[in-house]
Amino acid sequence: MSDQFVLETRGLVKEFKGFVAVDDVNLKVQRGHIHALIGPNGAGKTTVFNLLTKFLQPTHGKILFNGKDITALKSAAIARKGVVRSFQISAVFPHMTALENIRVALQSFQGNSFQFWKSGASLNKLNERCMELLDAVGLTEFANTTTVELAYGRKRALELATTLAMEPELLLLDEPTQGMGREDVDRVVHLVRKAAEGRTVLMVEHNLSVVSTLCDRITVLAQGAVLTEGGYQEVSEDPRVREVYMGSAKTTQEAVE
Amino acid sequence: MGNPVDPGDIQKSMIKDEKADKRRKNILNLVLLALLLVAPAVIYPVFLMKILCFALFAVAFNLLLGFTGLLSFGHAAFLAAGGYTTGYLLSTYSGLTTEMGIIAGTLAATVLGALFAVVAIRRQGIYFAMITLALAQLVYFGFVQAPFTGGEDGMHGVPRGHLFGIIDLENNLAMYYFVLAVFLGGYLLVQRVVGSPYGQVLKAIKQNEPRAVSLGYNVNQYKVLAFVMSAGLAGLAGSVKTVVFQLASLNDAHWHMSGEVILMTLLGGTGTLLGPVFGATFVVNLEYQLSQGPLGDWVDPILGGIFVLTVIAFQSGIVGEVQKFVKKNLG
Repeated sequence: MSDQFVLETRGLVKEFKGFVAVDDVNLKVQRGHIHALIGPNGAGKTTVFNLLTKFLQPTHGKILFNGKDITALKSAAIARKGVVRSFQISAVFPHMTALENIRVALQSFQGNSFQFWKSGASLNKLNERCMELLDAVGLTEFANTTTVELAYGRKRALELATTLAMEPELLLLDEPTQGMGREDVDRVVHLVRKAAEGRTVLMVEHNLSVVSTLCDRITVLAQGAVLTEGGYQEVSEDPRVREVYMGSAKTTQEAVE
Repeated sequence: MGNPVDPGDIQKSMIKDEKADKRRKNILNLVLLALLLVAPAVIYPVFLMKILCFALFAVAFNLLLGFTGLLSFGHAAFLAAGGYTTGYLLSTYSGLTTEMGIIAGTLAATVLGALFAVVAIRRQGIYFAMITLALAQLVYFGFVQAPFTGGEDGMHGVPRGHLFGIIDLENNLAMYYFVLAVFLGGYLLVQRVVGSPYGQVLKAIKQNEPRAVSLGYNVNQYKVLAFVMSAGLAGLAGSVKTVVFQLASLNDAHWHMSGEVILMTLLGGTGTLLGPVFGATFVVNLEYQLSQGPLGDWVDPILGGIFVLTVIAFQSGIVGEVQKFVKKNLG
């Protein structure tokens, strides 16, 4: 059933000189799920993301998207196929306005990006769609604000809107709530849930309460390898998971508190 | 805050702001243009032409540094490639009209730029700068050895010839207005490029390259195009300069020249269109003034000192600082 899984990895391995960062990872992300990738620091979560989007080259293994092998594609081509990622540190274009940030993403599909002889006003036809996307993340009034002046939480919201502008089939979110206060976290949870309508999300997340409220399925990585996979209840009761997180027999539930 | 905002209103006010901004810039540009048109009545035209050639060189360089975020340390190679090609052709083939010699020089620099770009573009930051420097040094030694450049002596007595076969460029005023037209053409081209859909992508690449990649942009292709355009325009500047002074020399190919254009651009203000123009004007003037006085031997240390001061104290350069000031006090 290739239709059931949007993304699949087979025997994915990444070795850095004498160090195996990702060790034989077989991941299956089901269509329509919000799938979490969790694990302690250094477990290889971000490396997996970098492999999936080809910011790093896998040493071995295959990556399948909608059943097709995309292992040989370059980063930009993968993004165009519909696998779009966000970054751990907020990835915006700081000296462009919020609207321009989104417009650059929309422009990616316009086929005019090499037209150096054309007036920039030709991009204004995209503004309406930009405003819709800004509205969806509650940034309407900041459309004309230079991004560097936005608060951190709003930058992350803008980043999400920019990512959504690509109409990705599969959204890869690298710690969307990292470094956020309680209020911002709630907002991001809300945004991710909204964004996930009609698409699939794979997210790296440290905040286990976010994982428990949002995610349908969880894969736990430890030392580059898959430790276990399952629903939240199942995973949180797994003694091995407690072991890697706490080095003791505390439950992950306690770890959250 | 709190009040409901109408996205339509925001869009309208944005477009209005953009237009007002454009109008201000147009007025400023027209004033500067008027000054350039009457300048030869007051200032020696050959000196003005020197400034315009270096201004075009710096504008070309800034397309790369200021708007793409790539620091090339080898732009002298393109200036010289344009200059030598034009000089050689105009000296050898007397039937050639001046503009054809200049076009050929520009093309030569464009091709050389494409070769540089293909080799260097995969590297970033300091590595990119070092590779462009190394390639430019190769080109420099090529020019030293090549029979047609005249080696250490340089290429002298290049005829200015006739523009389109009609206008005699031996006349300094005619030459001046031709150089002004070329400069304006180059400047307006860069202005257009920076404001185009392509320019938006360059901006994005400069500000956050990985993000641009993740939005589906094949960034190396965009960078190569910017590099080639920049090299071509630098070659154009070199070609015109050779016609003006009727000589091409190794000075143009030396790495000092690559350094000088960096200084001009930083001093004037990277990432602004007018910055390099003011930077070039300032540096050429300063060099001239110093060479007239008792400080003639101190040109390099003084320029070096100014460079250090710029980097430490006012990083946005002359134009950048003025823009900041205007925004703060009048905006």
